[in-house]
Amino acid sequence: MPAVSKGDGMRGLAVFISDIRNCKSKEAEIKRINKELANIRSKFKGDKALDGYSKKKYVCKLLFIFLLGHDIDFGHMEAVNLLSSNKYTEKQIGYLFISVLVNSNSELIRLINNAIKNDLSSRNPTFMCLALHCIANVGSREMAEAFAGEIPRILVAGDTMDSVKQSAALCLLRLYKASPDLVLMGEWTSRVVHLLNDQHMGVVTAAISLITCLSSKNPDEFKTCVSLAVSRLSRIVSSASTDLQDYTYYFVPAPWLSCKLLRLLQCYPPPEDGAVKGRLVECLETILNKAQEPPKSKKVQHSNAKNAILFEAISLIIHYDSEPNLLVRACNQLGQFLQHRETNLRYLALESMCTLASSEFSHEAVKTHIETVINALKTERDVSVRQRAADLLYAMCDRSNAKQIVAEMLSYLETADYSIREEMVLKVAILAEKYAVDYSWYVDTILNLIRIAGDYVSEEVWYRVIQIVINRDDVQGYAAKTVFEALQAPACHENMVKVGGYILGEFGNLIAGDPRSSPLVQFNLLHSKFHLCSVPTRALLLSAYIKFINLFPETKATIQEVLRSDSQIRNSDVELQQRAVEYLKLSSIASTDVLATVLEEMPPFPERESSILAKLKKKKGPGAVSVELEDGKERGELNGGGDRGGDAAIAASNASTPSPSADLLGLRSAAPVSGVAPSAGSLLVDVFSEAGPAASSAGVNDDGFLSSTPPSAASEDPAPPLPESDELLNKFVCKNNGVLFENQLLQIGIKSEYRQNLGRMYLFYGNKTSVQFVSFSTTVSCPGELQSQLNVQTKTVEPLVEGGAQVQQVINIECLTDFIDAPLLNIKFRYGGALQNISLKLPVTINKFFQPTEMAAADFFQRWKQLSQPQQEAQKIFKASHGMDTEVLKAKLLGLGTALLENVDPNPENYVCAGVIQTKAQQVGCLLRLEPNAQAQPGEQMYRLTLRSSKDTVSQRVCDLLAEQF
Amino acid sequence: MIGGLFIYNHKGEVLISRVYRDDIGRNAVDAFRVNVIHARQQVRSPVTNIARTSFFHVKRSNIWLAAVTKQNVNAAMVFEFLYKMCDVMASYFGKISEENIKNNFVLIYELLDEILDFGYPQNSETGSLKTFITQQGIKGQTKEEQSQITSQVTGQIGWRREGIKYRRNELFLDVLESVNLLMSPQGQVLSAHVSGRVVMKSYLSGMPECKFGMNDKIIIDKAGKGGVTNEAGKSTSGKQSIAIDDCTFNQCVRLSKFDSERSISFIPPDGEYELMRYRTTKDIILPFRVIPLVREVGRTKLEVKVVIKSNFKPSLLAQKIEVRIPTPLNTSGVQVICMKGKAKYKASENAIVWKIKRMAGMKESQISAEIELLPTNDKKKWARPPISMNFEVPFAPSGLKVRYLKVFESKLNYSDHDVIKWVRYIGRSGIYETRC
Repeated sequence: MPAVSKGDGMRGLAVFISDIRNCKSKEAEIKRINKELANIRSKFKGDKALDGYSKKKYVCKLLFIFLLGHDIDFGHMEAVNLLSSNKYTEKQIGYLFISVLVNSNSELIRLINNAIKNDLSSRNPTFMCLALHCIANVGSREMAEAFAGEIPRILVAGDTMDSVKQSAALCLLRLYKASPDLVLMGEWTSRVVHLLNDQHMGVVTAAISLITCLSSKNPDEFKTCVSLAVSRLSRIVSSASTDLQDYTYYFVPAPWLSCKLLRLLQCYPPPEDGAVKGRLVECLETILNKAQEPPKSKKVQHSNAKNAILFEAISLIIHYDSEPNLLVRACNQLGQFLQHRETNLRYLALESMCTLASSEFSHEAVKTHIETVINALKTERDVSVRQRAADLLYAMCDRSNAKQIVAEMLSYLETADYSIREEMVLKVAILAEKYAVDYSWYVDTILNLIRIAGDYVSEEVWYRVIQIVINRDDVQGYAAKTVFEALQAPACHENMVKVGGYILGEFGNLIAGDPRSSPLVQFNLLHSKFHLCSVPTRALLLSAYIKFINLFPETKATIQEVLRSDSQIRNSDVELQQRAVEYLKLSSIASTDVLATVLEEMPPFPERESSILAKLKKKKGPGAVSVELEDGKERGELNGGGDRGGDAAIAASNASTPSPSADLLGLRSAAPVSGVAPSAGSLLVDVFSEAGPAASSAGVNDDGFLSSTPPSAASEDPAPPLPESDELLNKFVCKNNGVLFENQLLQIGIKSEYRQNLGRMYLFYGNKTSVQFVSFSTTVSCPGELQSQLNVQTKTVEPLVEGGAQVQQVINIECLTDFIDAPLLNIKFRYGGALQNISLKLPVTINKFFQPTEMAAADFFQRWKQLSQPQQEAQKIFKASHGMDTEVLKAKLLGLGTALLENVDPNPENYVCAGVIQTKAQQVGCLLRLEPNAQAQPGEQMYRLTLRSSKDTVSQRVCDLLAEQF
Repeated sequence: MIGGLFIYNHKGEVLISRVYRDDIGRNAVDAFRVNVIHARQQVRSPVTNIARTSFFHVKRSNIWLAAVTKQNVNAAMVFEFLYKMCDVMASYFGKISEENIKNNFVLIYELLDEILDFGYPQNSETGSLKTFITQQGIKGQTKEEQSQITSQVTGQIGWRREGIKYRRNELFLDVLESVNLLMSPQGQVLSAHVSGRVVMKSYLSGMPECKFGMNDKIIIDKAGKGGVTNEAGKSTSGKQSIAIDDCTFNQCVRLSKFDSERSISFIPPDGEYELMRYRTTKDIILPFRVIPLVREVGRTKLEVKVVIKSNFKPSLLAQKIEVRIPTPLNTSGVQVICMKGKAKYKASENAIVWKIKRMAGMKESQISAEIELLPTNDKKKWARPPISMNFEVPFAPSGLKVRYLKVFESKLNYSDHDVIKWVRYIGRSGIYETRC
């Protein structure tokens, strides 16, 4: 680049700038600028020609004024003129002005584009570079449109200078990022990839940025770059530091290029070619080896460059996740960094280790650093590093070290930074739950958590502990005892009171035997916290009190006294007042039996994905992501309970229900759900009466609590098809999608598609309740001779259907030959212990395999006559049951699958259809004629349906099916 | 009340900083500098609220004066104080400039201590301040003088000390008005008002009682009702009297008397002071009429012709006439022809400035200019700012007349007739604009 010579220094510009710098006030500055603008305007007036130098000077001044924040609305023309100058400085200023003050004036754009084109086609590399830089700086769509075709040509041309190639690659990258649709690589692809082999390292560096961006969009096209990148990388890595003179940075050969190459490789899976892979592994090993070598320089730049390559290599190793050896080595290397004195390195090491921990090969290796990480968590000065350390602890936790990690995290929590406390709490809660072998440990941990960081314990966490305690009867006693002890602290967090109230209300009886925790002591302890709590907690405590009355009749008087006090029964909060009034009445009116029923122990919560985990995922990505995968495997061990279930339980304490009676039921808000079973409609009762004991279970369900449901021994045999199933079948003769079946529990949706003799049916089982269905199974059977006529394959469904969830089942059907019956679908599941058994007919009918055939009138009648044998024809005359709307009729006939032929029958009132039924064995042609007597009175309207086909059974069956439709 | 007062130079450096209340911290100084003086966008509002702190500022040449408060104060009071402060400083050391402020900072702090106490404005009468805040170092004051000052400052008439003696009892009265106008191109008055001041310079002995009379419509009507008037008298007074929209007085004027009798009576301070301020909007005599004619010839040329007509008695002479004709922002050259005065295109202000030294009443003069334009890419139309004008005329455009100024001094032996009185009327242009 030619340096600006002294003679080119624009004196006028320098004077102007120093004038402005010397202005004492804004006003003075504006005055000076106005004067200068007027001067420039008079110079640009056009009646006298300006030489290039002054043009450049004035354009420069305009640019300066613009950069000071003033509007410039002239001078573009002069700037464009400068573009055609032959002097570098003038051209440069022209391009500078254009790229800063690009104007959408179409005329100017045309001129600019012309100038750029000229420069691009010139042989002068500096001019070409200037033009490319301008295109990249502007980077607008118009620019992309004009030059997207030109630049790749320059990029791959053999005679282009290296510096121009560099610019071209970067310019193309810019355009591609701005408007990817306009930059089409197409035929250039392979030549661009081969730029990786270029002699000039600068070109390679520029090209690799472009390739990385392009290949992330369409990896397949650029697949060939992998082997080139590997060989390039290996050449760099194995080169001595003196080989690449200009590109050696503090004794590290081409660090930027190496990083970019490694990053490019991360866009692709490990190379399949063994040789390439071997070479790459060798490279990675060399990089890891180099990290062990003593540094060649003490300068920080040297180690930075080296570590940059190393970390990029490690992330590539993690990306491949297939080389146990490398993974372990990477992990060891990172382990060394954990104790490095550079904070940044420690941060990066912790971050990379998080991802390493999720790999099965290196998980164990990561675990060996647990002490260091714990130390980092305790001693790091920088909060972001501590955060990473916490993430890593979370990621490396498994059954073997869970207790240690959770304990460490808990102890750290006391001093943890406020910004990460909530996340820490969630993590501790999740780890404690996930790896809990012994649930008393879990309860201890969570109670500790609430004690240490009560403010940061979200609702989900304490819902969860309650769910788990309720679902696990082995810890209930322990939980009650621990909670009771925890509550004895003079100041305890409100969340602790909530947990305490709930658990003592449910299981206080388990520790009532000990005189130190007699019912009255328990109650007094709870009530001593009452006045310090917020309204929702007080509401919960009131519910706990009424449960106390049930559990310990001896406390009744005391509690009634409390409820009757003005601060409760006349509380200004309507929810508290309502509860007090209702509970008081309930306790005084209801008999002990009723009380016992109403205030029964909470039923176990359904098993669900931990809501805490969901919350953590929502809150933050990186730490949680690594565990998500394992989560699927561990799910089986997880204790049940979910947010819905939790909410339902808490609804009793939180929800403000409008009607008093509803609120009482609110105590067992699962009631409407469980009450469904008996009222599930006559159809279900039928089934139950046959199934015997199931009926009695339904009776028990009426009480609302599922906990007491006896194990039902309903028959395991499929129930006979529902009486309506034939009707249901008819519904689907002319349509493929819809709701097949619905009752209070279950909805079955259907979606099907047929091609030739094959069909695919999607069944959607929707759980309408909020309780999950257990041991859900479906079977499709083909009774009798249907087995040889129809080939049905089903995929099994998940045995669990969550409340409100939907599962999908795919059924593949092959029609072997024509058939009459429909396959049976049998669904069995347990709903709250009661076995449900439903049988339906799958709407697979012969007409589904129709292929429509279009034919002319003459053609039709010729075939009609050919099928004149009496058994080939089926005819039915029947009453219209729906009325004779032409459009409806047409739609139904089309839905049948046949082609509706227009202008065939001489009588336009009549409908004529033709189609071929495709079965595996044969094809059955089928002709149809439907003759309505539309003129007749409504009610006496009749149809005559005639079917002729090459097979008698088909005629009969289709005729029967169709007769039901009109 | 005012929490503090800062004076900055144009760069935002603090020259004077006086904090009266603890609620104003050091950072308030910086807050104003950053948010107002160095603001990216020019701050046009004189009141700025930054972090629950209000800053009231006025600008005198390159100097910023800012009063700061955290309370909900009367903004008009604060500005009145700031203006007064400027007056006081000007009377002590002339022009308010960075140089002068730096040279007199001790004096300014002294003044600030005197005229503001815990943020409450105190006596700001220059005359009386000068008796005890002087620039000649500490002068040995006798006990008498000290007690005199004390009794004066704390007494009923804080603005005048006793025992003043002049050989010649003289009195100067200036009526200073500025007339503001906005006129449509067709010559229709869109808005016009006059804001005026009556400034007095009195050199009177003793404690004289003065009475000031002018042709205020209400006073004259009242007098007309009370006294003997005929129809003719009423009609003449109706023509000559003016309607004053609102007025404010110096602290020396007895407001109770004004309220009850609408007479202006007072014991004047010694030296120069402003007796009253007023504003009128009706029956304004517009001294000049501007008739613009702008014609666009193609895209690159503009022809402008402006005629000014003087509209007052031919015997009077207007002075310092200046007409400012804005030019478009893409002006590349201007040719001007004018019969009278000098006209010049000032590029730095984007305007043609036409100056005439003197012009008699009922005359007419014109200027024509050809403006060459540079074609621009922008479709933005020129906003055509109004033509503005400056002048000075020797009469009051509001029509205000001083009817009398009587001086009564019972203790000393001089009467109203012995006092030499001078009256002068000066009408200046305020914002005097005509759209084109």
